[in-house]
Amino acid sequence: MKILRDTRLMFIRNMQHTLRNPIFIIVSMFQPLLYLFLFMPLLNGLGGVPGIPMGRTVEIFIPGLLVMQALFGSAFVGFSLIDDIRTGVIERFLVTPVSRPAILLGRVLRDASVLLIQCILITLVAIPFGLSVNVDGFLLSLLLYAMIGVTMASMSYGFALIYKIEDPLAPTLNTITLPVSLLSGIILPLTLAPIWLQDLAKINPFSYAVDAARSLFAGNFMNFEIVEGFVIIAVLAAVLFMWGLRSLKKMTV
Amino acid sequence: MVEDFVIETRALRKTFISKESGGKREVEAVKGIDLSVRRGEIYGFLGPNGAGKSTTQKMLSTLLQPTGGEAKVLGYDLVKQQEQIRQNIGCVSQAGGADLSATGLENLVLQSQLYGLDNPTAKKRSSEFVERFQMSSFIERLASSYSGGQKRRLDVALGMVHHPRLLLLDEPTSGLDPQSRAYLWEEIQNLKAEGVTIFLTTQYMEEADKLCDTIAIIDNGKIIVTGTPEELKNNVGGDTIVFGFSSEENARKAKIVLAENIQLENIQASNNSVHLYARDGERVMPELMRSLETKNLEVQSVMLSRPSLDDVFLKYTGRSLREDERKR
Repeated sequence: MKILRDTRLMFIRNMQHTLRNPIFIIVSMFQPLLYLFLFMPLLNGLGGVPGIPMGRTVEIFIPGLLVMQALFGSAFVGFSLIDDIRTGVIERFLVTPVSRPAILLGRVLRDASVLLIQCILITLVAIPFGLSVNVDGFLLSLLLYAMIGVTMASMSYGFALIYKIEDPLAPTLNTITLPVSLLSGIILPLTLAPIWLQDLAKINPFSYAVDAARSLFAGNFMNFEIVEGFVIIAVLAAVLFMWGLRSLKKMTV
Repeated sequence: MVEDFVIETRALRKTFISKESGGKREVEAVKGIDLSVRRGEIYGFLGPNGAGKSTTQKMLSTLLQPTGGEAKVLGYDLVKQQEQIRQNIGCVSQAGGADLSATGLENLVLQSQLYGLDNPTAKKRSSEFVERFQMSSFIERLASSYSGGQKRRLDVALGMVHHPRLLLLDEPTSGLDPQSRAYLWEEIQNLKAEGVTIFLTTQYMEEADKLCDTIAIIDNGKIIVTGTPEELKNNVGGDTIVFGFSSEENARKAKIVLAENIQLENIQASNNSVHLYARDGERVMPELMRSLETKNLEVQSVMLSRPSLDDVFLKYTGRSLREDERKR
């Protein structure tokens, strides 16, 4: 099928770019690693508060950290697209018969792949800190992070295609990413939050993803939160991808 | 179709909505143009910056939706048969479009694959172009390290990998050194010899004059005149004579004196000089000099030249294309 063939070509092209400077895969893991080294020890002292059962801090904290990486690590990929718009690469692709969705799919799948490598690395680093994880649950949770990555990357590309310049992109992405992450209980569980904050978090789709990821890490497969999280994020990823695609097609109006 | 046209447009229009402090305003970039590009020719689209050249090219390459009018490219409808057009035309935009963080060869192979070639064929096709455009010394390096001329060669090769019958080139030589420009001109002529039709937008008169079989001059979104370079230059009304005077006032007076011998619409005074167009310039000049001397208007300099496309542009717009170039 044409779209699969073209997506593969675009994926390889973007992956080649990433692998030319593989160090950035590590560099962009810096934020979660800092949280792991410098912030998580604080939580150990909190053991026993609601949402963090005694001795299970790492297990609660790491899934949140991986969602954080999915959110922040994928949110700023739009900058690379602006570079391609400026040098005329996107225009050149658009005058070829290449499938339009493939142009974006090739990118978001690259972003999701890089994210998964990072998630696995972060998890491995956390094991010496006493992480005990349900392996099946962890593997299943990777799919969830990948979908979050696709969601954020699509959003980032969508704005990049609308703005076409860097200046407004960073503030826009920050304005969205920060509240969305604060309201998802990434760093501390929302069980600690006052009721109004908990209510506010309920309209944030990513809070469901964090709940689902924590259940998976704990191996609570029967928990309805898991289905809820997957469905919500899958729908969101699809919606934002379609929006990004619309922005790409609008470039030619 | 009586003649074999590769591009045909009728009243092709494009308006943009521009957002300004005072609200939204409609900007008419292309105001209804008719083009007829014959198979196998180099068709020059000449005009100053902002005249609507790139907008037109983007419409013809399916990158922009026309606001109005009709167009056929290679016989395909511009709006309804975009897929067929994309598969069969080559297009090199002003920005070029080479991926700078990949090698030239990776660029060529991917581009070939995007046009549907399988991997071995794409590689074969790419090396064919590496050889043809003499790129082997740099093609394995990242494109970000290329000189302007090298990058332009890659850009043009990228537009050609699928052997299109029609190539759209948007200002292919802008910003190039004279040597690279000459090289590219030669390549464009070679393509024509192979039967490729070329639609070339440019703001350089020399380029249009040297390369093109037909030229359309566009200004302010409208085609003001179309013809072969020879026809256009002959339309100017013969040769150009420029008299220089010591003052602006003398130049104005001279214009009135010269109008006794030459039709007034063919005379233009600007600053200290008078430009006029006359057939058989070398024969009328002594006569004109004499009539100026009898009125005590001292001629400080004289220049006689064959008409250039700049004169054509000046005649139809009242502005010099060179002036527009200088202002930028």
